[in-house]
Amino acid sequence: MIQFHLETSSGLSPYLQLVRQVRQALRLGVLRAGDQLPTVKDVVARLAINPNTVLKAYRELEHAGLASARPGVGTFVTATLADESLAAHGPLRKDLQRWLSKARLAGLDEESIEALFDATFRSVTEAGVA
Amino acid sequence: MTAVLEATGLGKRYRRKWALADCTLQIPAGRVVGLVGPNGAGKSTLLNLAAGLLTATTGRIEVLGARPAQGPTELARVGFVAQDTPTYAALSIADHLRLGSRLNPGWDSSMAEDRIEQLDLDPAQRAGKLSGGQRAQLALTLAVAKRPELLILDEPIASLDPLARREFLQSLMEVVAEHQVSVVLSSHLVSDLERVCDHLIILVASRVRLAGDIDELLASHHLLTGRRRDLSTLPQDQQVISASHTDRQTTVLVRTEAPILDPAWTVEQISLEDLALAYMSTAGVGGHRDHNGRKTRGVVRR
Repeated sequence: MIQFHLETSSGLSPYLQLVRQVRQALRLGVLRAGDQLPTVKDVVARLAINPNTVLKAYRELEHAGLASARPGVGTFVTATLADESLAAHGPLRKDLQRWLSKARLAGLDEESIEALFDATFRSVTEAGVA
Repeated sequence: MTAVLEATGLGKRYRRKWALADCTLQIPAGRVVGLVGPNGAGKSTLLNLAAGLLTATTGRIEVLGARPAQGPTELARVGFVAQDTPTYAALSIADHLRLGSRLNPGWDSSMAEDRIEQLDLDPAQRAGKLSGGQRAQLALTLAVAKRPELLILDEPIASLDPLARREFLQSLMEVVAEHQVSVVLSSHLVSDLERVCDHLIILVASRVRLAGDIDELLASHHLLTGRRRDLSTLPQDQQVISASHTDRQTTVLVRTEAPILDPAWTVEQISLEDLALAYMSTAGVGGHRDHNGRKTRGVVRR
């Protein structure tokens, strides 16, 4: 089971934040097919948000074929977004951690690191390397 | 679409002053409606009319398809929590619940008792000894345990600290999720209601400025920024809500169902809070015409 959180400053609407958090958990293998998503009542009682927001997010996940609702029981994960590449996550994460500490040693703050990553990511993606 | 509240040309006058004027509204069922406006805008007047505590000077109001509070059936279908969440200071929590069960035919006593237990309140405690947040929760318990179809709450969280606000809204949303009750609640701050509401009504100076489903309102308003230009050059379907100019730049909030195609503009989405503030701050100059004869709603020039 995962727990949702909301960032008011993210600019992303609450329902999209919920969808994104489920997708992310699926991609990282935190959620697998058969897992239950938090019930609407649990989510609204935790986040103080409108139940329709949660329903909308779950409907979108159903539409994307990632979840399905069982009436009276709850909403369950039906697919996964993680693939064989999941195995490579560990080593890649280590590389990234090493790179991050190097960047910090070089005196970069969080904002500069994010800016550098974004710019590099974009140029590499545009060049068609990634 | 069934309406939980329908008002047509509704007005309320106190002596010479109109507290609410020319109010025409339709609130669909199953929504959590935020009624927002500055103090003195007429929010309480509208809610008291809906609860049947006031009678209209002009126009008509129907709640759940009937005149508010016209009989016991209508009274049982609406839960009302007045401003500052009043309770009886000398009575205990248990007394309040007993009162609720005697006065309401559809009283759900197990729901009331469960809520009090969940809130960790002592039934023997007198309401006068409760904190603001606890008193608000007690008032909410009384309103929801009568199992209404519509719940009306007048500024329920205005006097609460941030933690108590959050807890109150959590409780309220839990009730909505579990019992599919429609809710109308007021506040002078949009930010208080942003997460919980899916329908917004903005009242300014006794009049309805804006009403609609929040998703639709956000999708139809755009913040445009670009080189300084004359607003009369905008397409006719773009209604100017507010505008400001520097010597080089123009920033304008427009309402339109059509997409913005002009490449000269940088188009940004507006937050609900900024949207509400734009409507509230342009209230005084509403509907005047600028030098080009174009109808605008309050143009601020800097």
